[in-house]
Amino acid sequence: MEKSSYYNPADLSKFGNITELQPELGKKFFDYYGEVFKEGALTEREKALIALAVSHAVQCPYCIDAYTSDCLQKGANENQMMEAVHVAAAIKGGAALVHGVQMMNKIKELTM
Amino acid sequence: MAASVKSLQGLQHQFGNPAYQLEVLQQPIQNGTHFPDFAEKLLAHGLYPLKPTGTTILQVNLGKMCNQVCRHCHVDAGPDRKEMMSRETMQLCLDALLLAPQITTIDITGGAPEMNQHFRWFVEELSKLNRQVIVRCNLTIILANKKYHDLPQFFKTHNAQVVSSLPYFSASRTDAQRGEGVFEKSVKALQMLNKAGYGMAGTGLTLDLVYNPSGAFLPGSQKSLEGEFKRRLRSSYGIEFNNLYCITNLPISRYLDYLVESGNFESYMEKLVTAFNPAAAANAMCRNTISVGWDGYLYDCDFNQMLALNVEHSVSQHIRDFDLTSLDNRSIVLNQHCYGCTAGSGSSCGGETLK
Ligand code: SF4
Ligand code: SF4
Repeated sequence: MEKSSYYNPADLSKFGNITELQPELGKKFFDYYGEVFKEGALTEREKALIALAVSHAVQCPYCIDAYTSDCLQKGANENQMMEAVHVAAAIKGGAALVHGVQMMNKIKELTM
Repeated sequence: MAASVKSLQGLQHQFGNPAYQLEVLQQPIQNGTHFPDFAEKLLAHGLYPLKPTGTTILQVNLGKMCNQVCRHCHVDAGPDRKEMMSRETMQLCLDALLLAPQITTIDITGGAPEMNQHFRWFVEELSKLNRQVIVRCNLTIILANKKYHDLPQFFKTHNAQVVSSLPYFSASRTDAQRGEGVFEKSVKALQMLNKAGYGMAGTGLTLDLVYNPSGAFLPGSQKSLEGEFKRRLRSSYGIEFNNLYCITNLPISRYLDYLVESGNFESYMEKLVTAFNPAAAANAMCRNTISVGWDGYLYDCDFNQMLALNVEHSVSQHIRDFDLTSLDNRSIVLNQHCYGCTAGSGSSCGGETLK
């Protein structure tokens, strides 16, 4: 099979095919997925923005594609979407930086 | 997306030609296959041939002239389009309506229908028939010239329902679709309509807004977007309106040109085909609407009108021969653009078709 890249945009629409090898778990996952994104205490738009931020944090190109479309479809605007990405960036950056405290502790431990 | 000032037809662009549009809609896609044929899709769901359920709406297109040149316009309207319905043809519409009391709604569209010199006369005559009259007003026309400033009052006098496009509650996305400065003018026009009582509680004057996505994506849930539009327009501009209609952009005319030019055509068609919903197909607006072109010819809908797909040959072709009994037995003419009406919760000139 010819393959030009690990990520092929056409594979996104084949996501549902994962049920072929394990129908029961696959179905449970998609049912759950569907329920999660329904309007609840959070609106569908808010959930799409959270999903967009998480997509960037986990750096999944499929999810970034899907949730960029989804956010536009649900009426989010470009500013809201970029702010969501900054939230992801702040948490990811912050998560790296907060470990600086651990580093500082270790420095203290090892130095005179 | 910079807005052009000329129609595709004025630019002699190939997408100004309906036959070329149909060719593009039917051509094979990159992997050599075709999107499933729309008629076959309906057949598989017991809906082919698609028949009317009873016509209650006459949609009359007064012409292709418009003060705007929106990027997504399915009419390919613009200031350079000269096709306009004559007063004689309007009279034929009125005559037809007298013989068809089943038709309870007259939906006036264009272009900017107000630019037709007989527009006011036609609305006045229609208001005597005691039916619901809808005017699709693009908002900016109200400010385009002094002679249009009194339109809100005119609509009110004749108890017309106003339906207006506003693709988003911010300037950037609205202007990208409808042209520089359109958002600001639309806001002013909406405030004028509110001032006349439109969209205000207790007045009985209905002002509905239309949302079309500004790009290659489908509209989200009408209920949720309506809530967001109401909150935003009220808090930022003090604007009130009644209902928001979410309309899917059909892949024809200028929107088709945009899709092809931006490399989004296949993925957009794929989205429409994947979202095909037989329940939405069963509620397609062509089942209760007949569309009249500026020259009096009859179509299943305004989209078919722009693709020059006239009603099937065995029934009355022109408003002068209007015979509702035979028209109500016709088979609706379908093509691949129809996928735009059947995606998700469905789409029509009145928004989602599944409530
Ligand atoms: S979408 Fe409406 S307002 Fe815009 S160019 Fe077409 S007819 Fe005119
Ligand atoms: S495009 Fe026209 S004919 Fe086709 S489904 Fe929609 S309303 Fe009916």
